[in-house]
Amino acid sequence: MRKKIFIIFFIFLFSFQSQSTAYSKEPKVFITEVVDEAKKILVATNSKEIKEKELSEMALKVVDINGIGMYSLSSYKKTLTDDQLKEYNILFQKYFLKSFTSRLTDYSDPKIEVMVSEKINEKYTMVRSVLLATEQRPEVKIDWRVYTSNKDVPLIRDLIVEGLSLARTQKEEFASVIETNDGDVTKLFIVLKDFVNK
Amino acid sequence: MLRKTLLILIFVMLNHSNFAYAATTGDEASNDTNTNNTANECFEGVSRTMFKFNYALDGAVFQPVAKGYRSLPLGLRKGTSNVLSNLRSLLTLSNNVLQADFSAAGNTAGRFVVNSTIGILGVFDPAEKVFGLKKKGKEDFGQTLGRWGSGTGCYFVLPFLGPTTARDAAGLVGNVFLDPIYTVTHNRETDFLIGNENYQEHNYYFYRGMNSVDFRAKNIESFESVEKNSIDLYASMKSLYLQDRNKKVKNSKAKIETQDDTNWDKIDND
Repeated sequence: MRKKIFIIFFIFLFSFQSQSTAYSKEPKVFITEVVDEAKKILVATNSKEIKEKELSEMALKVVDINGIGMYSLSSYKKTLTDDQLKEYNILFQKYFLKSFTSRLTDYSDPKIEVMVSEKINEKYTMVRSVLLATEQRPEVKIDWRVYTSNKDVPLIRDLIVEGLSLARTQKEEFASVIETNDGDVTKLFIVLKDFVNK
Repeated sequence: MLRKTLLILIFVMLNHSNFAYAATTGDEASNDTNTNNTANECFEGVSRTMFKFNYALDGAVFQPVAKGYRSLPLGLRKGTSNVLSNLRSLLTLSNNVLQADFSAAGNTAGRFVVNSTIGILGVFDPAEKVFGLKKKGKEDFGQTLGRWGSGTGCYFVLPFLGPTTARDAAGLVGNVFLDPIYTVTHNRETDFLIGNENYQEHNYYFYRGMNSVDFRAKNIESFESVEKNSIDLYASMKSLYLQDRNKKVKNSKAKIETQDDTNWDKIDND
């Protein structure tokens, strides 16, 4: 009997868990859900550390961190060994999550209105949204580049703020670090480590 | 003489930029498919030094002033911003005409007339609220040169003025001739319009300074976020500047860089 109750409880818990983490397949609804979830985390009265942890968990599910990492590395990827690539992926994930949560926790109560979505091709859909104006700053247009190659699991690949791509900025920043160090990609690893440990 | 020297310098730089080798931060970018959004460095070492100087200046002067400006009541800030924007629209109008964008020129002229009169010298914006004349993007001579087909030229950082390219630096000179505010404040024959001739040129620099403070105040958090999350702030600023200029030259109507999948496709195909 106890065993039965335990199993029922486990099934209930599991179904609840999977329900709460499943996102819509439709890009516009998907972004709305992500925005709502982020907002819920940000307005909660939890400590900054808990908020960062929850935002990181969310990012791991909804952002194509590995894809962004490869995009940021661009052609330098070819100069890395398999072990270095592995090390880079781990390092980039840490860097991305720190940067991502740091950017988001700057907003205590963001009011984002998801407007429309525009299918670019089979692989990408742009979802347009606006961060509503406050007394301190004007309205900000934010476009989300959603990767829809796997129709069941859409993933965010880029955020375009007022027409400026964050992924592109990051890619050019990485290239600058590598090039100012005579093309030595491992120097980028050191800079990323410093950022993560900062 | 100074103006002549400046023009020659810019002309030389514009020509030089066509042959500039891909330097450090520009090298990787030049591999991209859409090269309109990239620029080689003119002289990166000097630019990085200028960047540090501007950054320190911003921390010591512009940021504190912008924060102080932000503590003013919202109505006052909005009114100031509207007046500045209304005056700035005259430069946009000149460039709308030069770009043969007569629909935009009509919109800009209409907005200026309505806001300067009914809107009490531009403090209010009845042009949009009452007449439906929506505010469109600002235009400058650098954008006009871009519309005429000029390439970006090489990238560098100017003291006080910040990031620019050879094309945009030439645009800065062009703006001086095209901006009616500059003409009115620097032409002694129009003294009667302003009054005290001793302060006319100062008015222009005050107007430009206020524009910078207003812009800085609206972007305090954005700057802080870039600053905090950057591993090479100089490269970040360069990338953001070039993307922004590219978007403005294309007036966002054309397919912009951020919608171009080519670079993303590379990672899927590798």
